[in-house]
Amino acid sequence: MSDPETRFGKYETAWCPGCGDFMVLKALKKALFEADLHPHQILLTSGIGQAAKMPQYLHCNMFNGLHGRSIPPAIGAKLANPELIVIAVSGDGCIYGEGGNHLMAAIRRNPDITVLVCNNMVYGLTKGQASPTSFQGFKTKAQPRGAPWQAFNPIAFAVSMECSFVARGYAGEVDHLAALIKEAVSHRGLALVDILQPCVTFNHVNTYRWFKERCYLLPSGYDPSSWEEAMNIAREDMEERIALGVIFKKEMPTFEERFPQLAQGPVAGRARVGPEIASVLSEFEI
Amino acid sequence: MLKSNKIIDILIGGEAGQGLATVGSLLARSLASRGYEILATQTYLSRIRGGHNTYQIRAGLSSPRSPGEDFDLILALDRETIPLHGHRLESGGLVIGDQEIVDASLAGTMAVPFREMGPSRTMNVSALGVLTHVAGLPLDVVESEVRWAFSKAGGKILDDNVAALRAGYGWAEKQDKGRRGLPPPGRKKKRMLMTGNDAIALGALASGLKFCAYYPMTPATSIVLAVTRFSEAMGCVVEQAEDEISAVNMAVGASFAGAPSLVATSGGGFALMTEGVSLAGMTETPIVIAVAQRPGPATGLPTRTEQADLNLVLYAGHGEFPRAVLTPTSVEECFLATKRAFYLSEKYQTPVFVLTDQHLADSLATIPPLPAETGDAGPATADPAEVQAPYRRYALTQDGISPRLLPGFSHHLVRADSDEHNEEGVIEEDPANRILMHEKRLRKGAGMEQEVMEPHLHGGEGFQTLLVCWGSSRGAVEDCIDHLRSEGIMASSLSLPQVWPLPKSALAKWTQKAEKVIFVEGNATGQLARLVRAETGIESHGMITRYDGLALTTGYIVNALKGMI
Ligand SMILES: Cc1ncc(C[n+]2csc(CCOP(=O)(O)OP(=O)(O)O)c2C)c(N)n1
Ligand code: SF4
Repeated sequence: MSDPETRFGKYETAWCPGCGDFMVLKALKKALFEADLHPHQILLTSGIGQAAKMPQYLHCNMFNGLHGRSIPPAIGAKLANPELIVIAVSGDGCIYGEGGNHLMAAIRRNPDITVLVCNNMVYGLTKGQASPTSFQGFKTKAQPRGAPWQAFNPIAFAVSMECSFVARGYAGEVDHLAALIKEAVSHRGLALVDILQPCVTFNHVNTYRWFKERCYLLPSGYDPSSWEEAMNIAREDMEERIALGVIFKKEMPTFEERFPQLAQGPVAGRARVGPEIASVLSEFEI
Repeated sequence: MLKSNKIIDILIGGEAGQGLATVGSLLARSLASRGYEILATQTYLSRIRGGHNTYQIRAGLSSPRSPGEDFDLILALDRETIPLHGHRLESGGLVIGDQEIVDASLAGTMAVPFREMGPSRTMNVSALGVLTHVAGLPLDVVESEVRWAFSKAGGKILDDNVAALRAGYGWAEKQDKGRRGLPPPGRKKKRMLMTGNDAIALGALASGLKFCAYYPMTPATSIVLAVTRFSEAMGCVVEQAEDEISAVNMAVGASFAGAPSLVATSGGGFALMTEGVSLAGMTETPIVIAVAQRPGPATGLPTRTEQADLNLVLYAGHGEFPRAVLTPTSVEECFLATKRAFYLSEKYQTPVFVLTDQHLADSLATIPPLPAETGDAGPATADPAEVQAPYRRYALTQDGISPRLLPGFSHHLVRADSDEHNEEGVIEEDPANRILMHEKRLRKGAGMEQEVMEPHLHGGEGFQTLLVCWGSSRGAVEDCIDHLRSEGIMASSLSLPQVWPLPKSALAKWTQKAEKVIFVEGNATGQLARLVRAETGIESHGMITRYDGLALTTGYIVNALKGMI
């Protein structure tokens, strides 16, 4: 199995030709291949949306759940079986909007999972309404006067909470994105990768060209361990310039390590009721 | 009127923060460890301080089924107890209270100089000392419970409480108000003492529970507290989620990965979980959902009881998928029904409910010892070596149950999907496939119909009137039947420990024999009665409902029956 597509498959998709999701999928396969991972070791969870269909198109274990809920099943599965490589992948509406509370709580827990957000700054599957990351003033059929809200800044949000690993990639830079995803997957702790993903059908503002004009790679001397530096990068005006790369990194104990129950390996598949039950019950004897 | 002389009823009333539950549970434990069978229930308000709460204990030589309504002993820790409950004193009963609260000149009253017995924070334990003497309990039995309860605190706190207990007991010994105790118990049998919620937690742990997620909500929280207490010993991961939506989705994810999973909540929290229930139905992921009801709508009466979420649990979750709803009728059955719930949910790969209410959740009772069975519990999985690749997670089978594999345990890939899917779990919108998959899932419901928990018939097979109830009201209904029969009225009762799938044949068999079928429910609209009529055509001839936030009691039912039969 000498290349990503042989190992992780090639499927027909329901995406529009030219959609940035194709490149994200390509980068994801490449990253997993280069990390020397095999399909049965990986669990991809997702919510609902265009990006959330990604697990359908990748040969591995899959839990395709509910809109907004890609992260909770990922955490549940990771706690049940920490040996699984767990990756949640969904759109910006799904993860930053409907499921925002789960992202916030996940950052506080720091499970060893990866969260990939295909951020097309619009709701794709429901046909073009403004999303949490749409710019203020972004005009849609549903927001004819333009989105009235301030755009959500996922990088600033995650960095401010000292999320263990915060990166931004761009679908138009597949190799760079693949390297980022590979690093995110091997990072111990919660790794958030916000992936700028052009939607050719519903977002005519943030186009390939628009991104190309603004994206730049963080210089090799950039130090992701500095929170202040990371906050400065996070707060750069996206209309002006957009940094790509690992923006913030902090090593911390993982969530799973806090459970002594998991010290002897996964609780999944270990559903034997041992002799301990007798002493548990005996505590209620009178 | 409804009570044998082999039973004693004790009521303790007081404000939250006065140590009412401490005295109550110490007395309950003492009575149980002395060898009596007990049932203790609580009413409390949704506040940490103040308000008027009660703790009541019924003790006897045989197991009490339902709480008492008239009391042999009333302990007033606050000024409201006597105006609120004084009229419920049995003739010959005794009221005990601080001398500033009760009138010493009245007969049947003990005015206690608590202030002379120690600091005010141990007043509750002095009161326990008085009760110990009056209830005819040996001081050493109660003292060892007090020592057990305060052993962690130790030091001066322990010493002060023991001294307070002895002071109360010593004072009561010198009074000439007599004792109101029970006849001594026979040889002590091995038993257990626990609440309904404890029994649910133990049932889950005894079923191989490996993952539990929750968001705190009265009256369900103590299920999770009990699981947490034993989680490390039993290798079960417990997580307080950010909300109920996350709790249920985490549990579904954990169960998908191979950990038998439980979530516990009450109506409002469960309402938030409903999309997740549907997800479990569609992805065919086993999950057990414990719902302890309290009165709604909305926040309702957070600490009171009601049986008004049957409809919610029956129909929660969009779309059609199979489920089972177990409604344990006693503390012991909370254990059995929870084990059953895990068995059904693992076997049929679908959500199963354990539906109780605050009354049962908080009921503390002596029960026969629970069996400590070891061995393999779920998940029921196939042998990967015998499965052909590509593995079909949703293989079409006759009984609708597809062989289950766990992700990561073999080279087979496990693909679950909340979209409609084909046998391999791939999104598939084709109508013909939809019909196949929908029918496959529903066939599992037909399987569950073949193995329902049978209803409990009480009173005998000859009757004119049949009372039908579900869940926690069984005890009160059965005590009511005994009372009616003692008056020559031919009535029996049918109590349902499972309402879905409905035990249709038992319902048909017994209601046919009745001249009158009367449903007894802790709600206003008769939710079980409507379900039974819709499913079987069986009509009720009357309905006894209660929705004031309190549990159905024997006296309440007997009163309501007047004029009906
Ligand atoms: C509970 C719920 N609410 C709404 C929807 C409808 N819905 C499906 S996808 C989606 C938004 C998709 O946007 P995004 O997450 O950004 O993903 P994209 O399609 O752009 O990749 C919505 C609102 C749903 N499926 N479930
Ligand atoms: S709608 Fe946009 S996001 Fe969805 S597939 Fe088409 S281009 Fe991609």
